[in-house]
Amino acid sequence: METLFGIVVDGVAYGMILFIISVGLSVTLGLMRVVNLAHGAFAMVAGYVASYAAQGLGLPYAVGLVAAILFTVLATLPLEKLLYRRIYGSANELAQVLLTIGLTFVIVAGINYLFGPTLKRIPLPDALLGTVAIGPKSIPVHRAFVIAMGAATVLGLWWLLERTDFGIKLRAAVDDPNMAAALGIRTERLYTATFALGTGLAALGGVLGAELLPLEPYYAIRYIVLFLAVVAVGGAGNILGSAAAALALGIVDTAGKYLIPSFGEFFFYAALILILFRWPHGFFQGRAA
Amino acid sequence: MSGRHTGAVVIDPSPPVAAHEPRFRRALGGAAVPLLAAAGLAAFWLFPNDLGLMTRIAATALYVLSLDLVLGFGGIATLGHAAMFGTGAYAAGIAAVHLVSDPLVLLAVGGLAGGLVALVTGALILHARGLTLLMLTIAVVQIVQEVVNKARDLTGGSDGLSGIEPSPLFGLFRFDMFGRTSYLFALAVLLVGFLVARRIVRSPFGLACRGVKEDPLRVAALGGSPRRYLVTLYAVAGVFAGVAGALTAVTSGIVGLDSVSFSWSAEALVMLVLGGAGRLVGAVIGTVAFMTIHHVMAAIDPFHWMLFIGLFLMGTVLFLPGGIASLADRLIKGNRA
Repeated sequence: METLFGIVVDGVAYGMILFIISVGLSVTLGLMRVVNLAHGAFAMVAGYVASYAAQGLGLPYAVGLVAAILFTVLATLPLEKLLYRRIYGSANELAQVLLTIGLTFVIVAGINYLFGPTLKRIPLPDALLGTVAIGPKSIPVHRAFVIAMGAATVLGLWWLLERTDFGIKLRAAVDDPNMAAALGIRTERLYTATFALGTGLAALGGVLGAELLPLEPYYAIRYIVLFLAVVAVGGAGNILGSAAAALALGIVDTAGKYLIPSFGEFFFYAALILILFRWPHGFFQGRAA
Repeated sequence: MSGRHTGAVVIDPSPPVAAHEPRFRRALGGAAVPLLAAAGLAAFWLFPNDLGLMTRIAATALYVLSLDLVLGFGGIATLGHAAMFGTGAYAAGIAAVHLVSDPLVLLAVGGLAGGLVALVTGALILHARGLTLLMLTIAVVQIVQEVVNKARDLTGGSDGLSGIEPSPLFGLFRFDMFGRTSYLFALAVLLVGFLVARRIVRSPFGLACRGVKEDPLRVAALGGSPRRYLVTLYAVAGVFAGVAGALTAVTSGIVGLDSVSFSWSAEALVMLVLGGAGRLVGAVIGTVAFMTIHHVMAAIDPFHWMLFIGLFLMGTVLFLPGGIASLADRLIKGNRA
């Protein structure tokens, strides 16, 4: 029972981190049809900025978080203009994969040059240490915080996409880019804004998840497979699908590690194959997929 | 756009190489094998101290060649090709430790194992396309790696498998400590593999596979079964990858977990794209370029290497989509214009 509770709490927290990072990828994949393997690298950059803000400059956690998100978004916007715009929606997925792998390598080398190969931490504020009691059980505050932020992201995105003008235009562009452009929607601007949104979510997840996905230069390569798995299962462009997929994969992975630790990631990939074999377009057929 | 469109994004890494190849390119293709053999032998005399590296390059070139069959001629984008390479390497290694020691038999064992894995996994996953297919290939290679890692009694787990001692080739040529036999053996296997691959690519079956790559719907409309062609191609390429793995095992004497890794799959893809997918020479050129530069730069600092290869990769995609092998075409075209 104790183990089961641990699995659920850790699995949900882990799943929420996977969700926050992956949903950014899902949104850009759904709209621009770019398989952006550098997405994990963006999350990593944000983590390093937050770590530097906290440890190098002594700024509070919240300030570091905001600074990291702003920095990452601003730093990647030129990349969007220079690189990504060339490969949007092009039928050549291989070119996208290779271009973004190349970009990832460059970022990994750059991070290593600036910060070195050692593990970096983002010290948590006192408010996030300790445990919080929920009924008879208590869970670490950080886990609770992560879960709450994940839930807030789901609601926020849902509101943004379903209830705002931006969301309506975005959905129109996803369904039919040419028609949307013909109706006067500025798709170029929409792409830039969506790219920024996706990068911002990656940054948020990178900072919040530094406890669960430790920061080191190979972060960008190590975890991108996880994020892609969530998108593939959830269906590109599908927010609730991404959330469900991230939670399911997070819990399966955590359960596998708790119960049969010697089999490592076996369960994760076995679940992935089963799901994708049965539902090749994602378990929750995406809006765009 | 409707759901099916994104799912079936056509992957076209190269300019279409149709049956009406330019005469020049055909001539180049004809001269490729003698040129490769001459270059390989010249390297044997010129760099007697780097035979170990060159042996690895030859075996890797065969592996990338097999990826070229899948990607360049079948349009299957995969990030899990090491599953076949590693299975072949481990099958040959285990057979060498427990059963036989003849190097040619070991290659056959590796090819058989690689082909079987490709046949089974290909039949399972090749109905998917695009991102889903990429994810499935990654999942396959990760599961194979996990299985190899757990079968510690047979494979040595994370310590790797060692103690592979092949008997003399044809009973005559001992695998000497300088690696001369190893290198010449690897070079010969690569050349034979190249010839066989070219035969396959030019056969009616190879043309049908290119047809599937260009337009699966039309192939289906003409009465062909795109999926059957792709699974067959995948299995054939699996044999090549398995032989390449076995060749690495036989010539190096060890097999490690990294031979069934995601990163080894990705590196093969990078080598192929650098050289130019969709033509067999491209696979060899890309491997030689990648591994030579890697050898030189990684000796200095692995992160310099990543920076360099990252920039190189981005440059290739943006400015030279056909890879290094297309440079010759461009030069020729430039001269004519």
